[in-house]
Amino acid sequence: MSIARQNRLNTFAAHGALILYTLIAMFPVFVIVINSFKTRKAIFREPLALPNADSFSLIGYETVLKQGDFFLYFQNSMIVTVGSLFFILLFGSMAAFALAEYRFKGNLIMGLYLALGIMIPIRIGTVAILEMMVQTGLVNTLWALILVYTAQGLPLAVFILSEFMRQVSDDLKNAGRIDGLSEYRIFFRLVLPLVRPAMATVAVFNMIPIWNDLWFPLILAPAEEVKTLTLGSQVFIGQFVTDWNAVLSALSLAILPVMALYVVFSRQLIRGITSGAVK
Amino acid sequence: MTALALTDVCKSFGSVEVLKDINLTVEDGEFVVFVGPSGCGKSTLLRVIAGLEDASSGTVEICGSVVNSVPPAKRGIAMVFQSYALYPHLSVRDNMSLGLKQEKQPKSVIEERVNKAIEMLDLGAYVDRRPSDLSGGQRQRVAIGRAIVREPKLFLFDEPLSNLDAALRMNTRIEIAELQRTLRATMIYVTHDQTEAMTLADKIVVLRDGRVEQVGSPMELYNNPANQFVAGFLGSPAMNFLKKAPLSIPENGVLGIRPEHLRPMAGGRIKGTVIHVERLGGDTNLLVSTDQKEPLTVRIFGQDGTRVGETIELDFDDAVSFAFDHEQRRVG
Repeated sequence: MSIARQNRLNTFAAHGALILYTLIAMFPVFVIVINSFKTRKAIFREPLALPNADSFSLIGYETVLKQGDFFLYFQNSMIVTVGSLFFILLFGSMAAFALAEYRFKGNLIMGLYLALGIMIPIRIGTVAILEMMVQTGLVNTLWALILVYTAQGLPLAVFILSEFMRQVSDDLKNAGRIDGLSEYRIFFRLVLPLVRPAMATVAVFNMIPIWNDLWFPLILAPAEEVKTLTLGSQVFIGQFVTDWNAVLSALSLAILPVMALYVVFSRQLIRGITSGAVK
Repeated sequence: MTALALTDVCKSFGSVEVLKDINLTVEDGEFVVFVGPSGCGKSTLLRVIAGLEDASSGTVEICGSVVNSVPPAKRGIAMVFQSYALYPHLSVRDNMSLGLKQEKQPKSVIEERVNKAIEMLDLGAYVDRRPSDLSGGQRQRVAIGRAIVREPKLFLFDEPLSNLDAALRMNTRIEIAELQRTLRATMIYVTHDQTEAMTLADKIVVLRDGRVEQVGSPMELYNNPANQFVAGFLGSPAMNFLKKAPLSIPENGVLGIRPEHLRPMAGGRIKGTVIHVERLGGDTNLLVSTDQKEPLTVRIFGQDGTRVGETIELDFDDAVSFAFDHEQRRVG
């Protein structure tokens, strides 16, 4: 396949386009990271210059770490993100399995209803969600965020996973039934491993918006002990004075865990994205 | 003893009737083949027997007990699938033993039965491999092994050879026939390939559009088909059906003659032109267009010098021709 199409010019053009796109996409991240290592004056004097002996400074990181609560924010963000992903994948895949595998009245309607959430932004319901959280006493808890993010992520998860689960061979599931496996074991032991790439795709698509979200932490959990990283970083941004060193350092640090999670999922992710294309 | 009895089994998906009043009994130790064109309901029937689909009405009995509401694992059956359906995360040995572990058989029994099956199927070198490291033929043997170890009352095969290449298909066919003889097991086998049906079956069940067209031994069906469909389905090349030839044909009906029963003969009753010749070495197939413009296949044993474009005169023995009326029923 690659032999017939290998044309030097085409290869070059393709790589050129990809490299250009990478540069554009990476540029803001690059600027944030280099500036986080510079003194305040250097940031404003030459924002695009690399830190040198004169301008190098770790003052931003020192401020962030001295703020003390930063590790707590980190931990909160991690708990919320991992917890939400866990519930999205668990409930999403279960619902997807039911929709893909069982014939029951209203199967199609149920599928459409679950997919409707993809088109309606959950933020429209913020006021109602806040009232509900107040009444259930979940305001200022991490559970409030986990529940909301789970609800937010489920529609897309169900939609993607049910498509993939339809592709899992019926014979395999039937072989399990004849061997006496319960429906739960068929689901967990036979079907889930086969849709792992799709699960990773869903995880990555959900992970980044949850990690970066400012809206719901601000509204549902603004208390000091449950602040997430994005919300916590806001203390450095004031109405009159902004501690840019600290903001940039906090943002640079915030990239690390997402990157770590991405590496975990990425091999599966690539398989998930390409699996439909080359079959 | 009756291994399987189906009484008035119907199955519909929504308003589509897939199986209509199926009645069938299978005796102990019989090899029964369900055969029919795709979409005739043969696989659905097998699934109903296995319990993977519920019958809409009617009863399914296995070894004398009604199993309509018994789950597949407790019906005493084992099934081999077209796509092998091996568990991708388990080794060959674990694939075979999983069913027995689920039945909570003691370890020694599992060990003994799995080892026996591995030896029988010549899989000794592969026991620790995963299915993805095996070839198609080996995978199918593992799938058969997984069925054998359960020592079922009924083996179900769902087009097990369709994914294999031609040479392997023939070998595996022979292996399955040998297996049936050694185990003296009752087997039900679904296929759309009439060669498999003819070579394997003690009893063939021909299905069309969810109905049983005819049941009988391969030679009974071949020599004495009940209708035009069965006559045309079994036999390769397929039977010729003539409507217009200057012969005694029932009104609005057709006359069926098998290709091997036609022979070239000066002054024969059918005249035509050879339009194509297939030389297979062992025999030669002539495609003839009769003077009434009807296509006809003639099978001549051995090699034959006939060329395309030659005119030919053919005749046959009336005793081995079949007449069908306008509703495709056999009338003579």
